[in-house]
Amino acid sequence: MVQQQDIYFVPNRSHWPIVAAVVLFLTVFGAAHWLNAEPGEAGFGKTVITIGALGILGMFFGWFGSVIRESLAGRYNDQVDTSFRMGMMWFIFSEVFFFGAFFGSLFYVRMFSLPWLAGSGHGVLTHQFLYDAYAGTWGADGGNGPLALGGAFSTVVPWGLPLLNTLILLTSSVTVTIAHHALRGGHRGRVLVFLGLTVLLGATFVTFQAHEYAEAYRELNLTFQTGVYGSLFYMLTGFHGFHVTIGTIMLAVIWLRVLKGHFSPEHHFGFEAVAWYWHFVDVVWLCLFLFVYVL
Amino acid sequence: MATATTQDLHEEHHGAPKSFVQRWLMSTNHKDIGTLYLIFSLTMFFVGGSFAMLIRAELFKPGLELVQPYTFNELTTMHGLTMIFGAIMPAFVGLGNWMIPLMIGAPDMALPRMNNLSFWILPFAFILLYSTLLLPGGGPAGGWTMYPPLSLQSGSLAYAVFAIHLMGISSVMGAINIIATILNMRAPGMDLVKMPVFVWSWLITAFLLIAVIPVLAGAVTMLLTDKYFGTSFFNPGGGGDPVLYQHVFWFFGHPEVYIMILPAFGIISEIIPTFARKPIFGYKAMVLAIACIAFLSFLVWAHHMFAVGMPVGADIFFMYATMLIAVPTGIKVFNWVATMWGGSLTFETPMLFAIAFVVLFSIGGFSGLMLALVPADFQYHDTYFVVAHFHYVLVTGAAFAIMGAAYYWMPKWSGHMYSEFWGKVHFWCSLVFVNVLFFPQHFLGLAGMPRRIPDYNVAFAGFNMVSSIGGFLFGASQLIFLGVIIHCVFFSKQKAANRAWEGAKGLEWTVPSPAPYHTFEVPPVVRDEELAHSGADD
Repeated sequence: MVQQQDIYFVPNRSHWPIVAAVVLFLTVFGAAHWLNAEPGEAGFGKTVITIGALGILGMFFGWFGSVIRESLAGRYNDQVDTSFRMGMMWFIFSEVFFFGAFFGSLFYVRMFSLPWLAGSGHGVLTHQFLYDAYAGTWGADGGNGPLALGGAFSTVVPWGLPLLNTLILLTSSVTVTIAHHALRGGHRGRVLVFLGLTVLLGATFVTFQAHEYAEAYRELNLTFQTGVYGSLFYMLTGFHGFHVTIGTIMLAVIWLRVLKGHFSPEHHFGFEAVAWYWHFVDVVWLCLFLFVYVL
Repeated sequence: MATATTQDLHEEHHGAPKSFVQRWLMSTNHKDIGTLYLIFSLTMFFVGGSFAMLIRAELFKPGLELVQPYTFNELTTMHGLTMIFGAIMPAFVGLGNWMIPLMIGAPDMALPRMNNLSFWILPFAFILLYSTLLLPGGGPAGGWTMYPPLSLQSGSLAYAVFAIHLMGISSVMGAINIIATILNMRAPGMDLVKMPVFVWSWLITAFLLIAVIPVLAGAVTMLLTDKYFGTSFFNPGGGGDPVLYQHVFWFFGHPEVYIMILPAFGIISEIIPTFARKPIFGYKAMVLAIACIAFLSFLVWAHHMFAVGMPVGADIFFMYATMLIAVPTGIKVFNWVATMWGGSLTFETPMLFAIAFVVLFSIGGFSGLMLALVPADFQYHDTYFVVAHFHYVLVTGAAFAIMGAAYYWMPKWSGHMYSEFWGKVHFWCSLVFVNVLFFPQHFLGLAGMPRRIPDYNVAFAGFNMVSSIGGFLFGASQLIFLGVIIHCVFFSKQKAANRAWEGAKGLEWTVPSPAPYHTFEVPPVVRDEELAHSGADD
């Protein structure tokens, strides 16, 4: 992996990192203040979150803007390109483990904590003295625990919207790959069409997901407070939906950059990074569809 | 191409910028950012240390003497979080920042701007964490592990959770940067098998960080929603389980323990060969042992939870898996001893810290073996025996290695030699008092004194008083350390040679002392005789 470079590249000083630290701090400080406010208390939390979030947006524009300018000026050599690639790869690797924490929790609840509450294994006494009527099955019949927190609910049927969303994401993976091949072949028109299609598919997914949430809240009584079933359902699909939203925005930005002619058939790391991210989000969804909706 | 890519370097070719803001807030220089990390870590070491002094003052005598129980719980919580996320981890990142590019012949870290962001998130994270101490309702007081349901009672949980998120973002970015630097920025000829053990240890540690910090983020996020959004992850009434938190947390927490010790292994593997004037014994075995320990660290998390009531099969699996770690760790200890065997030893301050590390870390390792035994652990669990165990591995392990590293590389950083006399005074005071502080805690724990309780049975009074006296004196000894550093950086007249230590090998000793603002602007020619390991001899 050692590259034979005749010269190294070290970027200029930049004020964006310290700006990023400040706006990140403002966002979470506002969020903490908002969460901790007494009911009815008019805190400054939401204002600070808004300032912080706008700051984060501005920071991304500014920071990535300067990186794009430097890249277009031809200042980055192959070694810098490899550093960027490694950065993105390991970032996605860390995301795998982030979702892993929630998938692990899902498996633990289904394999251990519900059966133990229902009296299997060493949970027999807890069951007998606290929850002797509880059968501990997953899904609508017991997924919200022995106290049936949140009341009776139904689960989302996987073969409607979720299946459609699966097909949408799978299709979007294909379209983004076609766009990548087109980019390597130098067909900018085709890139714009297929990348644009990918953005539309991503946006459709998010819209459908929002619709599914609304229906789950209104018709199925499946909420974030519906015991551990609702907690896991919304935590997993919510973080995934958040990632799809981010991914769609990134794809849209890349679409604009293609339009501006930022990428060449040889150098288009920005495109590839977002495509990797998109495939990652796709794989997470397949696991979600299987373990949250179907099984 | 070449002229275009050098342009950025030439703008600041002649050294550090004059402007304070430009130099320290907007830096892309691995040495400056490393210095920031080290200063931050030293500051946090004293902040966390003062929490510890208050804890030991309260425990000086039985009875509630000084602080209220809730304040005591805040102190133990803040002491743990500060020392782990504020002192030990940033110190290793600072050392990595300073030394990895110098050791592999790189001009800087792979992603210098992200490097600056990784650092600057940290002070803000700790402002967020400490601000809770001033809030109505007080700070987090459920221990650094933040087990529910106890931690959910704390009013300021959101602040602690977001502070941990920030620290996590900082760690993951730092780790990504270190991996990219090591894999992508090595000078031609610096093969993986020629890298110093310190660089290897950081490569493996960075992998651990990227894998487990996001899991911690997931765990504390579930705490957050359980408290503020009515979810039931850890509520049995809704089908959850508080033990689930412990599993997720320790899946992070045990690799985290090795994150705090593997770079220390690397440091010791640099110091001992230098002062034994021999190459390290079994280079490949040392690297493989680190990799083995890292791999096993993913399979042993539940040994922190033996008393929680797991199925017996799980207890047995985690017991054996834990004891397996003694094998690679034993390899390392024996190889350090074998490196010293027959060497021309001298005992400068870094070497003293390294030898103390080998002996005292092994004591911590042995008490760890005792804790790994399920039936014995039922007795030791949550007693001062556990406290003694992990302070032996973290204070006389990680912190001693960091101090040794500071003495070892300070001549390279500052260009001056520190005062050997005062360094040795610092070492001997630390060595004696740290044992007065922690060794009696083994006896307290075996006799049944529980940890994290501000009051105790009068039967424990004697050893607690001894331990507290040791604690105050150990704390005071660290002021000597501060004095030695300030003297070395600002007042020392004794210039350091490029190769500050006679037996030192490696690329970092081929550059001037102090290391110029930019080093290795063009890739150096790596000559095997300059390296500690040429890769062919073992």
